[in-house]
Amino acid sequence: MSRIKEFPLPDLGEGLVEGEILKWLVAVGDTIELNQPIVEVETAKAAVEIPAKWAGKVHAIHHEEGTTVEVGVPIISIDTDPGAGEPAEPERTPVLVGYGPRTGAASRRPRRTNGSTAAVSPPPVVVAPAPPPPPPVVEAPAPPARALAKPPVRKFARDLGVDLTGLVGTGPQGSITRDDVQAAVSAPAAAPALAPDFAAGREQRIPIKGVRKLTAENMVSSAFTAPHVTVFLTIDMTRSMEALDRLRALPEWREVRISPLLLVAKAVLLAVGRHPLVNSTWAGDEIIVKQYVNLGIAAATERGLIVPNIKDAGRLPLRELADAMTALVQTAKSGRTAPADMSGGTFTITNVGVFGVDTGTPILPPGESAILAFGAVRAAPWVHEGEIRVRQVTTLGLSFDHRIIDGELGAKFLRDVGAFLTDPEASLLAWT
Amino acid sequence: MAKGDRGAPARGKEVAGEPAPDFVQLLTPDGERIDKSVGADGVEYTIDLTDEEYRGLYRDLVVIRRLDAEATALQRQGELGIWASLLGQEAAQVGSGRALRPQDMAFPTYREHGVLYCRGIDPILPLSLYRGVDQGAWDPAEFKVNMYTIVIGAQTLHATGYAMGITKDGKVGGDDGEAVICYFGDGATSQGDVNEAFIWSSVFHAPIVFFCQNNQYAISEPIEKQTRIPLYRRADGFGFPGLRVDGNDVLATYAVTRTALDNARHGQGPTLIEAYTYRMGAHTTTDDPTRYRVASEVEEWQARDPIARVRAFVEKQQIADAAFIAEVDEQAKQEALQLRERVLAMPDPHPLTLFDHVYPNGSPVVDAQRERYAEYLDSFEGSAH
Repeated sequence: MSRIKEFPLPDLGEGLVEGEILKWLVAVGDTIELNQPIVEVETAKAAVEIPAKWAGKVHAIHHEEGTTVEVGVPIISIDTDPGAGEPAEPERTPVLVGYGPRTGAASRRPRRTNGSTAAVSPPPVVVAPAPPPPPPVVEAPAPPARALAKPPVRKFARDLGVDLTGLVGTGPQGSITRDDVQAAVSAPAAAPALAPDFAAGREQRIPIKGVRKLTAENMVSSAFTAPHVTVFLTIDMTRSMEALDRLRALPEWREVRISPLLLVAKAVLLAVGRHPLVNSTWAGDEIIVKQYVNLGIAAATERGLIVPNIKDAGRLPLRELADAMTALVQTAKSGRTAPADMSGGTFTITNVGVFGVDTGTPILPPGESAILAFGAVRAAPWVHEGEIRVRQVTTLGLSFDHRIIDGELGAKFLRDVGAFLTDPEASLLAWT
Repeated sequence: MAKGDRGAPARGKEVAGEPAPDFVQLLTPDGERIDKSVGADGVEYTIDLTDEEYRGLYRDLVVIRRLDAEATALQRQGELGIWASLLGQEAAQVGSGRALRPQDMAFPTYREHGVLYCRGIDPILPLSLYRGVDQGAWDPAEFKVNMYTIVIGAQTLHATGYAMGITKDGKVGGDDGEAVICYFGDGATSQGDVNEAFIWSSVFHAPIVFFCQNNQYAISEPIEKQTRIPLYRRADGFGFPGLRVDGNDVLATYAVTRTALDNARHGQGPTLIEAYTYRMGAHTTTDDPTRYRVASEVEEWQARDPIARVRAFVEKQQIADAAFIAEVDEQAKQEALQLRERVLAMPDPHPLTLFDHVYPNGSPVVDAQRERYAEYLDSFEGSAH
């Protein structure tokens, strides 16, 4: 038995496949005791300290801080008898639980051939299919990361037409200050002649992991599987905004937080009822049309973009829908969205308007056939009853899977969503 | 609210981390003895133990904390699938566990390692369960402790049925009567099972003590999300006495549990004891408590540590000297090392043991399934099951 023992990363929390090395608490050459904390590891569930499994001397550390390690991979080697001269080859110890991530089908021991079981005729054994891959966590296209800036600075930038995402902040935590915005406005006037300095210090390398990794995988798989088509519609949603104000004035709605997104959700739910094929999944040899809508709402959080969904949203009265949307977003922002809330979505709305843009060409979450982008609502000149008036105008963008939905259906669906938002009262009377 | 005053219901919230105003306490966090303490049930509680008994309680507390820490480490090292730590709840478990008489029956949740220890169950047995080697391998009839119950609150109904059975067997009514203690947590009180158990026990006057360890969190849900009144007062509505005890005080817990069990065995019906305590660690090794509670709250409870106060008391009263403290620490360390060695040496279970103990006297259906499974295992090359 070798005295150099390799310690593999265990499954620290019931079914995890990987963990990130946060911090090494020991260094090569350190003498350690049994159960002395050696490393902090963060998994999807918790950040924990791992205590040393053996006393001895740290022989090698196999992964740097910040790296993500699969369960079952050795992270540290410990010389359990450092007084005994040169060590031999390390010995691996198995982990009790956790077998590392599955790559493709489960491997299994070869079955005996028929001949080897001789006279006994075994009962027909149904071989279970390889376990399905974990359900993809539904993700929608990532809107640009929100730059750090205080609200007055944001307004200042908006007024000057400066895009904060392109700026380098000089304020606390890299936040963008009023001066930064001012500098950006005057920058084009300055001579652009300075040779850019591309020294390595000016490049940042961000490891790809967690939500970012998942988002990327989903986006790539969706973008190169489903042929996307996007159609746009610009509408006057003044009447919707007025309807919201009247709703807010009702006593029973007084404490409810509502935004135009609520009416967009309602419009989508009603329009899906009129065009069910929009709410479907391409399953290879068939199209699954769902009679229920699990409505996904894309939410930007500190950990990245996540898309929790409201189960069976079509059945909810408007008031409950409003509560569900508020709860959904708050849960997402606090980083407590349960995996179940992120799977099983059937239609997604991405509210790109909150980032101040007019529309987008969103990418479908895998398994969904349409996604609606809701742009910023702006006061804009509009021809209203034959005259130019200032109205509340927005642009809707609908991306859909052209394998399932033809241009005509996509256009009809988007027109219905637009019709509802243009005149919610009449649409409700006509459609419900 | 004065002790024993059961006047107007207090409006407002139960807040995790706030000191309980109205509990039975016989040993303060500083190790000062309180002679008498009146419970919410109007009973005056007191306790008088021998020096040997005080030392025994201290030894129990220290040893189970050390064994628990070893189990947590073993999980982090990949040797247990999961572990539910009792850190912080030692006094509630030892106080109630030691109050049991040999004929009494306990129904645990999945965290009562300290109660098991007090009942003489080999500490390796809860670990073999959490290692996935067996389904819980102590004999409930021999040790008078039922299997761990993972389903929240389900054991309260099992315990109630068992207690009703004791009555039907005519084993209630004297000093040698039997009683049942049923453990559960604050979160379980929101379960239907627990409320049903309260009703059945109350109506049938079952000889049972409901022992709720209110550790302030149901995984991540704080107590204020479970109740608007102190949990012990729920008993009022069901028609039996309820009281709250300082669950970090092993003496008070011992005193109130002993009285409640005696009441039960003498035919006085059920009692609800709310042991007011705090889970110092995670809900299980799969949980990260820093995501839902603040460090300052944990520090406050650290100051009410169940072991520190007993140590302060026995030292001040010269019940124990430094040599005794060191000897207990060494015993705890050695027991933990033994536990570790035995866990590491534990063989994997034979796959066919899955079919054992399904029925007490076997079943042809299970036998056939076992046979089929054996054939299936045999169908692999290199199979030597």
